[in-house]
Amino acid sequence: MNMLTSLQNLLIQSWQTLFIALPALRRNLMRSLLTALGIIIGVASVIAMVAVGNGAQAGIQAQVSALGENLLTIFAGSSRSGGVNSGLGSASTITIADADAIGREVRDVVGVSPEVSTTAQAIANGRNWSTSIVGESPDYLKIRNWKLTDGSMFTDREVRSAARVAVIGSKTALELFGPLNPIGQSVRVKNIPFVIIGLLESKGSGMGGQNQDDRLIVPYTTVMKRLTGDRFLRSVNVQVAGSDRMEVAQQQITALLRQRHGLTAGHDDDFNIFNQKDIAETVTSITGIIKLLLGAIAGISLLVGGIGIMNIMLVSVTERTREIGLRMAVGAQPFAIKLQFLMEAVTLSLLGGLVGVLFGIGMARLVGVFANFKAVVDVSSILIAFAVSCAIGVFFGFYPARKAAALDPIDALRYE
Amino acid sequence: MSAPAPALAKPLLHLQDLTKTYHTGEVEVKAVRGVTLEIQRGEFVAIMGASGSGKSTLMNMLGCLDQATGGAYLLDGDDVATLDRRQLAMLRNRKLGFVFQSFNLLARTTAIENVELPLLYTMPLTSAKERRRRAVEALERVGLANRLDYHPSRLSGGQQQRIAIARALVSQPELVLADEPTGNLDTRTSIDIMGLFQELNDSGITIVMVTHELDIATYCKRVIVMRDGKVISDNANAERRRATEALAALDDAEKEANVA
Ligand SMILES: Nc1ncnc2c1ncn2[C@@H]1O[C@H](COP(=O)(O)OP(=O)(O)OP(=O)(O)O)[C@@H](O)[C@H]1O
Ligand SMILES: [Mg+2]
Repeated sequence: MNMLTSLQNLLIQSWQTLFIALPALRRNLMRSLLTALGIIIGVASVIAMVAVGNGAQAGIQAQVSALGENLLTIFAGSSRSGGVNSGLGSASTITIADADAIGREVRDVVGVSPEVSTTAQAIANGRNWSTSIVGESPDYLKIRNWKLTDGSMFTDREVRSAARVAVIGSKTALELFGPLNPIGQSVRVKNIPFVIIGLLESKGSGMGGQNQDDRLIVPYTTVMKRLTGDRFLRSVNVQVAGSDRMEVAQQQITALLRQRHGLTAGHDDDFNIFNQKDIAETVTSITGIIKLLLGAIAGISLLVGGIGIMNIMLVSVTERTREIGLRMAVGAQPFAIKLQFLMEAVTLSLLGGLVGVLFGIGMARLVGVFANFKAVVDVSSILIAFAVSCAIGVFFGFYPARKAAALDPIDALRYE
Repeated sequence: MSAPAPALAKPLLHLQDLTKTYHTGEVEVKAVRGVTLEIQRGEFVAIMGASGSGKSTLMNMLGCLDQATGGAYLLDGDDVATLDRRQLAMLRNRKLGFVFQSFNLLARTTAIENVELPLLYTMPLTSAKERRRRAVEALERVGLANRLDYHPSRLSGGQQQRIAIARALVSQPELVLADEPTGNLDTRTSIDIMGLFQELNDSGITIVMVTHELDIATYCKRVIVMRDGKVISDNANAERRRATEALAALDDAEKEANVA
């Protein structure tokens, strides 16, 4: 009961004090604005940075999942062979038979696509364009969750016969054929004519930044027999039945390949399995760290803003020493003086926070326009920014306010 | 409260051997050296004395703005030395009003806001409406009801001092303390202010004021003279003048001067 009335008193007193604090701030409008600017910049950068971090994270995660669902990629070569890493897929260890065995013997595997690739000039329609020629199996589109906008994928029979058919990326099609429909057209690679039977949906740039739309996808057998003469695969793309089966499938594939390659306990794997789930987790943790860093940098500018408030409040207390003395003479208790200066500091920082939130949202929008991802402003960062700027006002306003309240009335009144 | 004090009633102010010593570095300044004094309700006291005789120091102690070094000071029966900062502030707010030589109004703040100032710090709190009502009333009492929204910079010295007096009155204090309230004003305005003080005193408010001018002291009921931190004389003023009469006389004199 007693506590309730004293709390109520405090609220009313704070409310009254607001009408002392606000005019005081307005009297020094320019100074108040400049002081609040520190907080405005701090809060705005916190909001914008977190939004950009969120957006980048969401964008990268989308790219990772665009790799395909429940994807395992087996690369030839060990990542730690003799301390020299010559690049994944460069070693010659995985054969077509290995890929077939994976599809046949590992239970949860629902799709297998052996992969080989090369770069070559593609000539068609009187134009010349350097592009990637990627050899895959018909499962590839399903594994990568990729669709055709026109035509169809080649078949298993065409793989067996190393047929000269190709599915063309949207960028390559544009470069070679312009607005013409590429389906049914012929394209020459290393003097071998291919018939274009399908047009890939545009996928944009991938994880490594390479344009996924600039390629010709052909049967892997065709690349090996007709273009490069390779007998080994660069990698094998494998789709697993469910994300909970990834671990088991990876273990089984490892065991199978070790057995097929005759590796005993003392030998390292001569292949490397990339788990899409692992990549996604790594990416999430890396972008999380980046987000934290961005947030920390923004937080520091908020701190600097707070110090600015403290600085100005200290100046203000000194300037208004006589006013403080007068207020004390007419009966202001030390607490009332403290409340007044605290209120000024909190008003400055809260106002700064409010404007900062608006600026931050604007900045996030602007970044979203220029970057290829959407900056996501979440409500929690707004609430936190508000709470923090309020806390900064209290924290950095406290010392000057206490200094004001500790003044001796007669000394303050006599102050020149 | 404003009824005439019976003989046995306790005095409003009771000073017993009050001293104040300032320590500034090595030197000790004994500003007040043992003042014993009683002031009853309804009195109008002038404190006079040479510069440096300790008048302001004494006033600051009376106003609970400064603590005595020795002796006792009872205000309305309460020993001030036993009160903490918070209680002293509350006491100043309830029982005391101050008028300063330099007015001490808040600049860039309207007359009425200046007058409302003490009411911001009352316990229990005073509502905005009530604050305004009482501030207007106080300004009416000093004859400045038509200057509510003026800033001090746009008012004459006499008007500023009237606002300061309204501020001292607004919390209905028992005691008004004024340290050279007419020190910055011309003769006519000074008499004006004294007239206002006499009115207040007639309504029951006790007034203690410091002045250098013998002429001003003649408007008070009792005159105390200090020298070197001590009271050297303390007499009732038998030939007390009324400010209203003095002003009328001044008017007549001016008229004659104009005619001549
Ligand atoms: N804060 C202080 N610190 C040190 N000495 C002080 C202080 N205030 C006053 N004094 C000294 O105390 C003595 C009395 O000063 P006080 O201001 O009371 O005189 P006064 O009678 O009011 O003089 P005046 O008529 O000039 O106002 C002076 O010698 C002065 O130097
Ligand atoms: Mg003095």
